[in-house]
Amino acid sequence: MSPTAFTLAGARDALKAKKISSTELTQAFLKAMESARGLNAYVTETPEKALAMAAASDKRRGEGIGGALEGMPLAIKDLFATRGVRTTAGSNILSNFVPPYESTVTQNLWDAGAVMLGKTNMDEFAMGSSNETSAHGPVFNPWRAKNSNANLVPGGSSGGSSAAVAADLCLAATGTDTGGSIRQPAAVTGTVGIKPTYGRCSRWGIVAFASSLDQAGPMTKTVRDAAILLGSMASPDPRDSTSVNVHVPDYEKQLEGGIKGLKVGIPKEYRMDGAPPEIAALWDKGALWLKEQGAEIVEVSLPHTKYALPTYYIVAPAEASSNLARYDGVRFGHRAKGARDITDLYERSRAEGFGAEVQRRILIGTYVLSAGYYDAYYARAQKLRTLISRDFTQAYAKCDVLLTPATPGPAFAVGDKSDDPVAMYLNDVFTVTVNLAGLPGLSVPAGLTANGLPLGLQLIGKAFDEGTVLRAGLAIEQAANFTHKPANWWSK
Amino acid sequence: MNAPAKQTIKGETGDWEIVIGMEVHAQVTSKSKLFSGASTEFGAEPNSQVSFVDAGLPGMLPVINEKCVEQAVRTGLGLKAQINLRSLFDRKNYFYPDLPQGYQISQFKDPIVGEGEVMLDLKDGSTIKVGIERLHLEQDAGKSLHDQSPDSSYVDLNRSGIALMEIVTKPHMRTSEEAAAFLKKLRAIVRYLGTCDGNMDEGSMRADVNVSVCRVGGYDKFRADGSFKHLGTRCEIKNVNSMRFVAMAVEYEARRQVEILEGGGTIKQETRLFDSKLNETRSMRSKEEAHDYRYFPDPDLLPLVLEEAWVESIRKSLPELPDEKRARFVAAGLSPYDASVLVAERELADYYEALAKGVDAKAAANWLNNEVLGRLNRDGLSITDVPVSAAANNAIVAMIADNTISGKIAKDLLDIIWTEGGDPRALVESRGLRQVTDTGAIDAAIEAVIAANPDKVEEVKAKPKLAAWFVGQVMKQTGGKANPGAVNAALKKRLNLPEEG
Repeated sequence: MSPTAFTLAGARDALKAKKISSTELTQAFLKAMESARGLNAYVTETPEKALAMAAASDKRRGEGIGGALEGMPLAIKDLFATRGVRTTAGSNILSNFVPPYESTVTQNLWDAGAVMLGKTNMDEFAMGSSNETSAHGPVFNPWRAKNSNANLVPGGSSGGSSAAVAADLCLAATGTDTGGSIRQPAAVTGTVGIKPTYGRCSRWGIVAFASSLDQAGPMTKTVRDAAILLGSMASPDPRDSTSVNVHVPDYEKQLEGGIKGLKVGIPKEYRMDGAPPEIAALWDKGALWLKEQGAEIVEVSLPHTKYALPTYYIVAPAEASSNLARYDGVRFGHRAKGARDITDLYERSRAEGFGAEVQRRILIGTYVLSAGYYDAYYARAQKLRTLISRDFTQAYAKCDVLLTPATPGPAFAVGDKSDDPVAMYLNDVFTVTVNLAGLPGLSVPAGLTANGLPLGLQLIGKAFDEGTVLRAGLAIEQAANFTHKPANWWSK
Repeated sequence: MNAPAKQTIKGETGDWEIVIGMEVHAQVTSKSKLFSGASTEFGAEPNSQVSFVDAGLPGMLPVINEKCVEQAVRTGLGLKAQINLRSLFDRKNYFYPDLPQGYQISQFKDPIVGEGEVMLDLKDGSTIKVGIERLHLEQDAGKSLHDQSPDSSYVDLNRSGIALMEIVTKPHMRTSEEAAAFLKKLRAIVRYLGTCDGNMDEGSMRADVNVSVCRVGGYDKFRADGSFKHLGTRCEIKNVNSMRFVAMAVEYEARRQVEILEGGGTIKQETRLFDSKLNETRSMRSKEEAHDYRYFPDPDLLPLVLEEAWVESIRKSLPELPDEKRARFVAAGLSPYDASVLVAERELADYYEALAKGVDAKAAANWLNNEVLGRLNRDGLSITDVPVSAAANNAIVAMIADNTISGKIAKDLLDIIWTEGGDPRALVESRGLRQVTDTGAIDAAIEAVIAANPDKVEEVKAKPKLAAWFVGQVMKQTGGKANPGAVNAALKKRLNLPEEG
């Protein structure tokens, strides 16, 4: 077995037993990354930094010291500011931006001993569900349908991270999730992704998309790996006013104990007309698996679910239109040449720097906040957000965790939905509610379609109860016994 | 409140009165900025006090500076205003090179401080109350520098993110004098509180002045039913940075508006700037050109929630404010006018209080006004540069009161200390300035004067007013050290003059 096939937990054991050094492991990944450039999963590879970090880790291990992620090579979504390493957020407007600071989440990882392999591709400013809006070009899903050579999307916006994890180009990766950007790409690449409770991971140093929705989280090969990585990513942070000062438990320990007596809610509104029968069948199967392990299945109602997507597509663009105002060509990032005056500089820098989807969302966001429209759109969306949140609170009076599909379908072909924003937005139909309510949500691989493409199930928990979500996710993972890997067609 | 219009402008078609409201931006006194740890010190090298947050770098987040919140609450309490225990920060969105984030963090719908009031003491002895509408916290922007290069503009972000308090009045001022007096009083209050240094030259305090004119009587109708329809269309004059300019801007703007209205025109609601060199206001932008700021709650910040007990602890720590101090001074025997002058600057009031310790309040105030402030004025100094301590002046006044020295000697003594320094009591001893109350010495001096001027002795019997001449001669004889009262009494006795006269 190539060392790149290790899970995080497996690599931990092998490193501990000195069966492999961090340097050897890192070299194996760097080689795999080089041969997989066709997937376009990484936008910046940092081999020198990786080897230096690995060597330092090996030295620490030799001295008998080390952290929870000691020597483990990871991929970092290009939305996290990394000191001295170009951070583009998938955008031309930041194509030359090298931050003089390190995000809290990545600093936590390095403090735990992890090694950075590079920065992963993503939809521009995390706006997209297919990684096709990236200024660095699309990422290809390592998975292909049976008897097909068509390139599929890896989901988005954390598409580079999902592809890198699925293709064994890292042990695990970081992602961010504003409306499903961790869970949806995880689901369509047969990987695990968890969006923690809003406030669990610091947003400091993460390029902002929609501040009230953005959360960082792990993207991994197994549920156990997600528990391990989340434990290092999460921390209260006085530099982020929305970070919540609560204890970060030992998530790996919380995996233990099984799900006997766990009440699992099935929200009836998530049975959508026109959804593929495979999705509904997998969902039923998931409920059955949990029941067989001792959980109690209860039907619950989340009556405002149908308003979630419209609400999301008001709140997120509104915040984005303001968050992205700083990219004006004045202090950093792309600046248009030969501008006549300051307004011309703004207009041309932003027109040249931002792609079509980002421009669309800035326009929507500017519109919904404008005088005369604010009350009709933004103010009403905020009220709906409160109602959506209340739906969950009421559901949790009857259950401990919710089980839903992660996506309305498997990976689709590159180019299939890129001209139809509404079809693209529908990818997030099962995930946006969780961001609007600020709750933890996990996507776990649960099976393959008839065409051999992975599908995921989603578990949604109470605020700050990631432990229960992960434990229920482990139960699904074990019952599904999902061990499939994509056939390697990309190596050169 | 049906006071007559105080300042009217005569027109062909009738008389007009002025209505004024103000928005004052006061820089919060704090070591660091409203949402970052960068320093707020004035006059540093450009862009040397800029954190990643202030520069609007990607992924940077604001964290509220508790000191600035405390200062806003302290100011609110000083304005006798409602403190809102829950307030919100909003983003005010617009593009400008000196605004790195593309938005200013401000408070729009839910400010930290609500309605309050400021009392103004006017020159004619009357007092008016100016209502405060609200006070909110917001970030300052940076500064664009257009004069550093022929083809580029530069931006200095040192100011970017510094905490400002925007204090908004109700339209309760009606003369240029009241407008200037309001700014002066507000400045005194924040300086007493220590929440703003009030340095208008450095831009720590600047006023946007809203001026409108209406027919005489319109203001009273507005006060009666609160409807703005009784008032004229207002123009906002931006960034006026002295009391004098506020008065000048109001005068100019009111006349400009009356001229337009008299000519049959209408006032356009607009933002104007005041040119102090030309003494005029000019249009900056009209209402149609006004920005749509797209205010919305800043999702990077939680609602600002204050504990009642914390607010109370600040209330308990408030210093005595100008109004209370003035009342105390009046009760101690000062005239309302003297008291108002003394409390206008906290440093002056503090100096006065130290000077007046244990001596007569009125005598202390007179000494301060006539002697100390007179000399400061002569030398072009302010009370903070005064070369003679309040304690030394206190000793001088005390020595006048207990007849140790005469008033004349006291002034000489102050001159000596003013230029040479020294302890007043020690100087009185070492230089032999002690007043002569020894009747033997006075009598001897009187005898000497009488002996030298027999003709005058005859004259004074016919003209008792000539006694003053004798007093002067005796004083001269004693080198000014004799107690004038004692000399007077002894002379009258010696010359057999009547008691009165």
